[in-house]
Amino acid sequence: MRLVYGSDRLISKGGLPQKLSRVTSLGKIKCCLLLIRGAHRTHNARVQTPTQLVNASTESIHSPPTGCQILVLPTRQHRSSVTQYPSFSLFFTTLLFNSPANPLFSQSSQPHLAMELAKGLREIQKLEGHTDKVWSLAWNPVTGVAGIPLSFASCSGDKTVRIWEHNPSSSTSSWDCKAVLDETHTRTVRSCAWSPSGKFLATASFDATTAIWENVGGDYECVSTLEGHENEVKSVSWNPSGSLLATCGRDKTVWIWEVQPGNEFDCVAVLQGHTQDVKMVQWHPSRNLIFSCSYDNTVKIWADEGGDDDDWACVQTLGETNNGHSSTVWALSFNDGGDKMVTCSDDLTLKIWGTDNEKMQSTDDFVPWRHLCTLSGYHDRTIFSVHWSRDNIIASGAADDTIRFFVENDDKDGLVDGPSYKLLLKKEKAHDMDINSVQWSPGEDRILASAADDGTIKIWELTSAG
Amino acid sequence: METKSKTEKLAMFFVSGKGPVVTHLFCSLKCFEESTFSGKMVSGLINANPVVYEKKERRVRSVPSAAADEYAVEPIDQQEIFDILSLFIGLTYDLGLKVVLYFDLDIKDPEHPYSLEELKVISEDAIDVDDSRGSVRVTFTPTVEHCSMATVIGLCLRVKLLRSLPSRYKVDIRVAPGSHATEAAVNKQLNDKERVAAALENPGLLDMVDECLSPSYE
Repeated sequence: MRLVYGSDRLISKGGLPQKLSRVTSLGKIKCCLLLIRGAHRTHNARVQTPTQLVNASTESIHSPPTGCQILVLPTRQHRSSVTQYPSFSLFFTTLLFNSPANPLFSQSSQPHLAMELAKGLREIQKLEGHTDKVWSLAWNPVTGVAGIPLSFASCSGDKTVRIWEHNPSSSTSSWDCKAVLDETHTRTVRSCAWSPSGKFLATASFDATTAIWENVGGDYECVSTLEGHENEVKSVSWNPSGSLLATCGRDKTVWIWEVQPGNEFDCVAVLQGHTQDVKMVQWHPSRNLIFSCSYDNTVKIWADEGGDDDDWACVQTLGETNNGHSSTVWALSFNDGGDKMVTCSDDLTLKIWGTDNEKMQSTDDFVPWRHLCTLSGYHDRTIFSVHWSRDNIIASGAADDTIRFFVENDDKDGLVDGPSYKLLLKKEKAHDMDINSVQWSPGEDRILASAADDGTIKIWELTSAG
Repeated sequence: METKSKTEKLAMFFVSGKGPVVTHLFCSLKCFEESTFSGKMVSGLINANPVVYEKKERRVRSVPSAAADEYAVEPIDQQEIFDILSLFIGLTYDLGLKVVLYFDLDIKDPEHPYSLEELKVISEDAIDVDDSRGSVRVTFTPTVEHCSMATVIGLCLRVKLLRSLPSRYKVDIRVAPGSHATEAAVNKQLNDKERVAAALENPGLLDMVDECLSPSYE
């Protein structure tokens, strides 16, 4: 009997599932909810001994050493009772335990529970509207919770951005286009990103500009245009606090912009180091680090070295000499803990990278990243997009029109050489043409959106039905 | 007066932009290479004596028997791709070649008479088609190792196939192994769809591609 699965944006940040996976005698709990309070740095939450969880078969409160409190509710149905504990943060998780008593979880081959749960991929809806390739999409991070319907933005070669929203009240699940943002960019809109508050949307375009849109009650107004890149801007990313913005592009540079009052954006640094086209830029989910990937086959990590203001420098390059990619790196994504990263490439592989999480939490210094494993032999054509879900499922979208899902092998032997990953599910012909972007929704359900060259977006649900 | 080398003359042309006949093309090419792709301007060798091959005998297309379903989808094959490409790319390459040859004083006639096929830039054998998987791979062989037109030719090939084939086809364009000095770089550019998309948003370049693809060019 063992815990095979645990998920939550909060809990998994501290690597809790790994700790919990050592629990071996836990009764017949199938799932429960965890609530946490009192942790100043929530990702420091730890549960250190199995006994603390043995009691978890009934409603109880524990006091882990780090000073935060964890409340465990025994079943998923208790979710509604969360409101009875107002002093607890609204972070909850679903923990699933493997038990011989339950045939669903009793396979002898040490299955990852995700393997058991994710048997199929259901197409919920195909969204049409764009008249050219859809290059990218981004979920609004504050939707899908507290009764706010899920919403995302998509951008396209048709020079427009569209805002889509779920309408849960309709009898059939329905997604509608709520807004079209046009007449601002004069060329392809390559990438879009929401600020953490969900109030601003940044869009990067081949017209060499980045536009900032403000959401005022569902109306979007372009409040700022960031100019400076020599030519195509390819990606944009907000830092976790929403105070900084990073952009990158064909001119081989990464720019950092500081948000000023009155929707002003000051360029505070221009990072040079890549020798080619920079394809994507992404902030680390909790540290002040920028990750950029490029046509020059490398991933570079940039940090503010302190000292003088905005003294940014490249602190590490992950290249072919350290087991890196042998062709263009198109995208990257972090796991929820921020201690692992997946990158995808034109060399038809995914690569998993890791850093020492404990060390990262205990020091302000940069902790290097290292190659953990390479997933090769799964993809037939260029992999354009990869996204790591909060519950540890990696989705990839590729030029072979296929969406694939990968999970970590739950095999103890694998720990010797670091983690290994296996294919969970493959959806061939997910679109009629190249898939450019796959993104998990911020909500609790396993909703994935994909965007493709065929001009469509599809909403998918990873289901337990075959 | 000392004679300038061909390379120097070509380089001078790039710098001054002066020259007869082909200014538009060169401007577009310059635009393409400098601002759209990051490849360095190539001002290298000129092919003074291209090897000319005989045109290949066309094999006869198999005619479906009367019993065959006339509505059946006929798979696209090697020859069809070749026909799509050779009908226009001969012109394209001639256009490119003319430009190069124009600066080669050893050849008096700038109107280069050879087609793409005769130069073995592209042959039917160098086209792989897997209709069931919807994949097309075209391998072309620039006549000179430093042919600065290689990326342009490749782009024209890509655009032509993009416009001619159903959207489900995946097209790979490559230069033949060992045929080009910067083979890997050329291949990488031609198969980076983001850069190709950006290139085709460049009005000057798009004009040039359209001109190359125009069937009425003579």
